[in-house]
Amino acid sequence: MVMRLSDEEKAMRDGAQGQAVAKAMDLLIRYGEALGAEDFVYTDNIAGVPGSSPKWVKEYYAADGGDYRAVFSRFDLDSDEVVDVPRIQGFSCHLQGGMDPELWREQGMTEEAFANFQADEQEVAGHGIQVLKTCTPYLAGNVPVMGEHCAWMESSAVVFCNSVIGGRTNCEGRESTSAAMLAKRVPNWGFHRDEFRKGQHLIQVETPVDSVFEWGMLGYFTGAAVEDAIPVLDGAISDPALIKHKHFGAAAASSGGVEMYHMAGITPEAPSVEAAFGGAPKGERFTYGPNERRAIYERLNAIGESRDVDYVMLGCPHYSAEQLAEAARLLEGRRVHENSSLWIFTSRAVKATAEASGYADVIRKAGAHLMTDTCSAISQAVPPGTRVAAFDSAKQTHYLPAIMGIEGWFGTTQDCIDAACTGRWEGRLN
Amino acid sequence: MATLATRAPDVLIRGRTVVGGVTEGEALVTHQTISGWGGVNPMKGEVIENRHELQGRSFAGKILVFPGAKGSSGWSAVFHTTRLTGKAPLGLLFNIMTTKAALGAVVLRVPSMTDFDSDPLEHIETGDWVRIDADSGTVAVWKGGRP
Repeated sequence: MVMRLSDEEKAMRDGAQGQAVAKAMDLLIRYGEALGAEDFVYTDNIAGVPGSSPKWVKEYYAADGGDYRAVFSRFDLDSDEVVDVPRIQGFSCHLQGGMDPELWREQGMTEEAFANFQADEQEVAGHGIQVLKTCTPYLAGNVPVMGEHCAWMESSAVVFCNSVIGGRTNCEGRESTSAAMLAKRVPNWGFHRDEFRKGQHLIQVETPVDSVFEWGMLGYFTGAAVEDAIPVLDGAISDPALIKHKHFGAAAASSGGVEMYHMAGITPEAPSVEAAFGGAPKGERFTYGPNERRAIYERLNAIGESRDVDYVMLGCPHYSAEQLAEAARLLEGRRVHENSSLWIFTSRAVKATAEASGYADVIRKAGAHLMTDTCSAISQAVPPGTRVAAFDSAKQTHYLPAIMGIEGWFGTTQDCIDAACTGRWEGRLN
Repeated sequence: MATLATRAPDVLIRGRTVVGGVTEGEALVTHQTISGWGGVNPMKGEVIENRHELQGRSFAGKILVFPGAKGSSGWSAVFHTTRLTGKAPLGLLFNIMTTKAALGAVVLRVPSMTDFDSDPLEHIETGDWVRIDADSGTVAVWKGGRP
């Protein structure tokens, strides 16, 4: 399908706003046509990972200069030529990155890798892109509003934007977000359109889901049940809060491909089950009861064998200030066990709040690290010799053991902090 | 690319072009959706997701036949990276259109199709020989390998 372009978009494609914008439009048109989109939608809220790359990718483009400009042109814009990348005009932010800006040595990063990280960050800032360095931009200064068209990467942020806020974004990729930063356009497809946002399957919740832990397990069940479809959840879900949506969405996006969900009476486009479906419920009907809950818990814990935990990772998605306060409360007066490590991940913005509020100090005094920018899965950084890890995040439990070839346990934040302080996993399902 | 086939294909499927071009090779088929970032090691072109039916299998140089993409928004970047490491698939055939799969196919720059008149997952098995002509919108299948 050939996309319908406005006169301005045709001029952009043809180079009226410079070569970089022309290359961005070329990529976005190829992408829009692949989707079957009819036209573009304007966006001025873009979240991606523009131009950041490890050293080996720059070396791959050595013939093109091996620098930020080469990577942005060849990889981000998928361009056959290297172009000058102008200062970005749109409201754009950089999501999570590869290492902590201060504790990178503890993460096992080399001086060379850190120098590369710093150079990329200077380029990002120099191009007018906000350095949020987090998977939770909505906790660090980028909160869309209902109906706002966005172009976001990061599946957990995408599902939060669509479901909890009522913002409109597809699960964009690195190349489409970098191009959108230049062109301020994305294909008008999927979640930008009303008809695409309606529920497709019903999940009836018949066991109480109230805490972060329970919301996380329900999310993992939901993704496995509906895959990439839009679920409508109804029933025994209570005590909604930002951090619970954050865990639910992240889990649903990793076990399936959920990019939007409705919870009747809870999320903004679901005042009722019927409203969420745009009519009578349709699709499949799934039940989440005590048996399903136990099965999900067992599935998440199927990759744990040894109970000697040598690494506890919290902060997936990045912890909020409220979660750091909770971690500090659980750590107060305790020490991380000599055979274990505790790393807690958040954004720089939230870390600043945690410093001011005293949580960071308590966490450090307990012998834990409070890290920003990244997580173990993104950076592939775990403490040396890690064989068995523990998480309070279904998403991280899904990814990190597979990426690093280690064992993993899933439980509550309390289970995790107890494991960090005793070196033993004692989590169980009550 | 001139087809190597000396006999007519066993199955012919029509579909919509996602990325144009013509290619042929051996099929690698999964009935499970594929996670890119965190589910694929781009240095090896290998599926690493726990419990995935392709866990440990490489799609490098194969026609990847799968229902669709799932998981992280890093899908396109991971498949794009396989182009750099020389571990890219030869072509993609998938049923469920998502932004992940569309963008991934675009930056992989390999012949890719979707919206079929007949489900490739019902007709193609791992090891079958598949020719994608995404310029004319056809997929030809020879059962059991290279004809």
